[in-house]
Amino acid sequence: MSEFFQQLVNGITWGSVYALIALGYTMVYGILRLINFAHGDVYMLGAFFGYFVARALGATQEPGLLGALLVLLAAMAGCGAVGFVIERFAYKPVRRSSRLAALITAIGVSLLLENGGILVFGADPKFFPQIIPSRNLSLGGGVTISNQQIIILSVSLVLMVGLRFIVLHTRVGKAMRAVSYNHTAAALMGISVDRIVTFTFVLGSVLAAAAGVLVGLQNPKIEPLMGIMPGLKAFVAAVLGGIGNIPGAVLGGLVMGITEVMVVGYLSPSYRDAIAFVLLIIILLVRPAGLLGKYSAEKV
Amino acid sequence: MKRIAWGPVAKLVAVVAVLYALNALLPRLLNPYILRVVMLCGISVILAVSLNLINGFTGQFSIGHAGFMAIGAYSSATFSLQAGANWVRALEAAGTPTGIAQGAVLLAGLLLGGTVAAIAGYLVGLPSLRLRGDYLAIVTLGFGEIIRVLITNIDAVGAARGLPGIPAWTNVFWVGLVVVGVTVFSFHLARSTHGRALFAIRDDEVAAEALGVPTTSYKVLAFIIGSFFAGVAGALFAHYNAYLHPNSFTFLKSIEIIAMVVLGGMGSISGAILAAVILTLLPEVLRFAQELRMVLYSLMLIVLMITRPQGLLGAKEISLRWFTRTRPARAAR
Amino acid sequence: MSQTLLKLDKVSVSFGGLKAVADLDLELSEGELVGLIGPNGAGKTTVFNLITGVYTPTSGSIYFRGHPIHGLKPHRIARAGITRTFQNIRLFPSMTSVENICVAAHQHARAGFVHAVLRTRTFQDDEAAILRRASELLETMGLAEWADTRASELPYGQQRRLEVARALAGAPKLLLLDEPAAGLNPQESEQLMRLIEDIRMRFGLAILLIEHDMRVVMGVCRRIAVLDYGIKIAEGTPGEIRANPKVIEAYLGEEVHADFGENSKLPRDEDSHA
Repeated sequence: MSEFFQQLVNGITWGSVYALIALGYTMVYGILRLINFAHGDVYMLGAFFGYFVARALGATQEPGLLGALLVLLAAMAGCGAVGFVIERFAYKPVRRSSRLAALITAIGVSLLLENGGILVFGADPKFFPQIIPSRNLSLGGGVTISNQQIIILSVSLVLMVGLRFIVLHTRVGKAMRAVSYNHTAAALMGISVDRIVTFTFVLGSVLAAAAGVLVGLQNPKIEPLMGIMPGLKAFVAAVLGGIGNIPGAVLGGLVMGITEVMVVGYLSPSYRDAIAFVLLIIILLVRPAGLLGKYSAEKV
Repeated sequence: MKRIAWGPVAKLVAVVAVLYALNALLPRLLNPYILRVVMLCGISVILAVSLNLINGFTGQFSIGHAGFMAIGAYSSATFSLQAGANWVRALEAAGTPTGIAQGAVLLAGLLLGGTVAAIAGYLVGLPSLRLRGDYLAIVTLGFGEIIRVLITNIDAVGAARGLPGIPAWTNVFWVGLVVVGVTVFSFHLARSTHGRALFAIRDDEVAAEALGVPTTSYKVLAFIIGSFFAGVAGALFAHYNAYLHPNSFTFLKSIEIIAMVVLGGMGSISGAILAAVILTLLPEVLRFAQELRMVLYSLMLIVLMITRPQGLLGAKEISLRWFTRTRPARAAR
Repeated sequence: MSQTLLKLDKVSVSFGGLKAVADLDLELSEGELVGLIGPNGAGKTTVFNLITGVYTPTSGSIYFRGHPIHGLKPHRIARAGITRTFQNIRLFPSMTSVENICVAAHQHARAGFVHAVLRTRTFQDDEAAILRRASELLETMGLAEWADTRASELPYGQQRRLEVARALAGAPKLLLLDEPAAGLNPQESEQLMRLIEDIRMRFGLAILLIEHDMRVVMGVCRRIAVLDYGIKIAEGTPGEIRANPKVIEAYLGEEVHADFGENSKLPRDEDSHA
């Protein structure tokens, strides 16, 4: 039984990471009806930015929470800038084009980030410095949790609460919600749709960057293609929860994380990647709106 | 001057004769590297034109086409390895010349690969086609990946080690024949009531259905035909490369095929052909800049979508008189 | 002797908790031209969507020529003989006028798929017949000069006409027109209405017409049904409807005598239609 709870702890931890990434997918889809294929690669960049900043700060010599915080913030800032650039230069010009054109642009950006990463960083994996050395705490009943997992959970929680606050209790958040309903109406209300779209992208990228650093703390091996699978899984998580729906992304992320850990733990590790696809197909065929979403039919 | 009335049978004989001649000449005239590029161009053309039926004609976002290619490749390869080679030997023993024996068995393999892929297309298409645009794209992506993962886990076809030793029966004749076949098929389909039904579905599915077009049936049909030809392309590839590995059929391969259809112009058959050739030659031309290749490729996709999303030819075709003639010329008075 | 062509029997449809159409009874006979009016949001287009199979009624039945059609898919209903135009024009933008019409003639094509690909004689004859029919319709609707123009490039008035022409190509027995005069100026509206009346006589169609332009509706329709909040609040001749206080109240919110097309130039029900 304690194994089950251990898996649950691990699952929730991974689920929080997926949730952070899924939030970016869901917010962008809600606002632009665009599947941002490149989002998983922003997560990868977050890990890499964190890596370089950590090395620059010599954080391995002075490990500690302050160093980790700096690394986190720097990575978030860096990826926020990347999100800004991607939106401005690649997605904005195709906003008026067909959905397929936007989809292909997104794929192009994703490939660009991945292969650009290989070109600039080199294809060989790098190792994230151990800023926070690993220590295990016992939760009782044979279940342990590492301090890294605690950090992942708490940072994720803080970020998600922060996001909720922004979306529900600030003017920007209200504007985001308005734009996600109807661009034209929002514009007529005096909202600068462009600025809100950019803000949403930056916000999503910041969260993905955080996820990248958090994962780097726990699983130090990073390489330019590391964003593909987590990006895909986070996307499935977003769809699972109802794409466009923010609490849905969190729920989907947790379900995804827990399911994956359970299947790997109780069935077989070789099915780890396939689960995401199977879940995706099931949800799209059974309930395309997702757990918390609403499938809006076309008005005839 | 009397115009020769080219009946359809005469056209077929002419095509076969030309291909036969090319098949004999090209391996002599071209060095093996260039010949390989030509063959790969041909296979890419088949893939692009077949995807054009689904994406371009019918407007269904299918981004898992490599999966159908893989099914065709692996099923035909398995057939050849298990039974095909024996059939060839049997035919040769009965006195059939080698080339014809191999060709006949290859044809059987192509049809098998195409059919299995078509069945897969039906199974994928039927439940998915209720979904709209983006959702359909994601489901087809998912299916493409599931197919690849499944193949990687089936030991009997080599799994992650790959499948070697496939008889290399593909030649210029067969690739050329399928290229001509799928192209003529597409043109004839486009200029018929069934083609119009597909375009109508692409333009406005609700209106099409309100006018009596059975939209679901047509969408599934497009999927079945598109995946059939993808399967045939896969079978041709398997019997050319003589070796198969699941990594040849990843999402990236599906993207490459989509890029061809989009670059050529969605719905344009000649555009798809042109783009397939360009995008197959490009990596060869850029061989010197190997690391930059993928970066340039991705930049090309982005720039193309920003500057000219309708592709090279938009929805138009390269108009050459004898492609557009739909009925045999009446005898001159 | 006119037979009942279309019969809606206590038809209701709800979306979520909202009842968009409630217990609607409506009948049309062969060759009749009936108007369906009501304030915006009354559910008129929803009724069209119910008849054409886009929505399935949550209760009640719809009969066409005696057979139940509720629950059938739209393309089957179209083949049974009911076609429509749309409130927001839904032409096939990438196709030319003649091609748009050819799509609607699809259901009468006999040559199957294989014939098309192999270009058999059957296929070629079929295509010629389809093309002929489409050209005739274009002539009738006064669109012949735009035959090869892309639908997206047509002027607005011509687009409206093309949609009607396309709906006719299926040789329907019942034609549903959803605000065909929307956005047209008074002369264009008048022309369109004369054309529609012409078509009705020529092809022996029944027509159910949604329209906001009261001159048009009062002038052309023999019978009018009025919807408000999904409920039929009145039905009768144009004269009866014009004077009905419930109708006036629905439109204006208070009892006022409104000008319901008393000064219309179109032939009125008292003078024509023997």
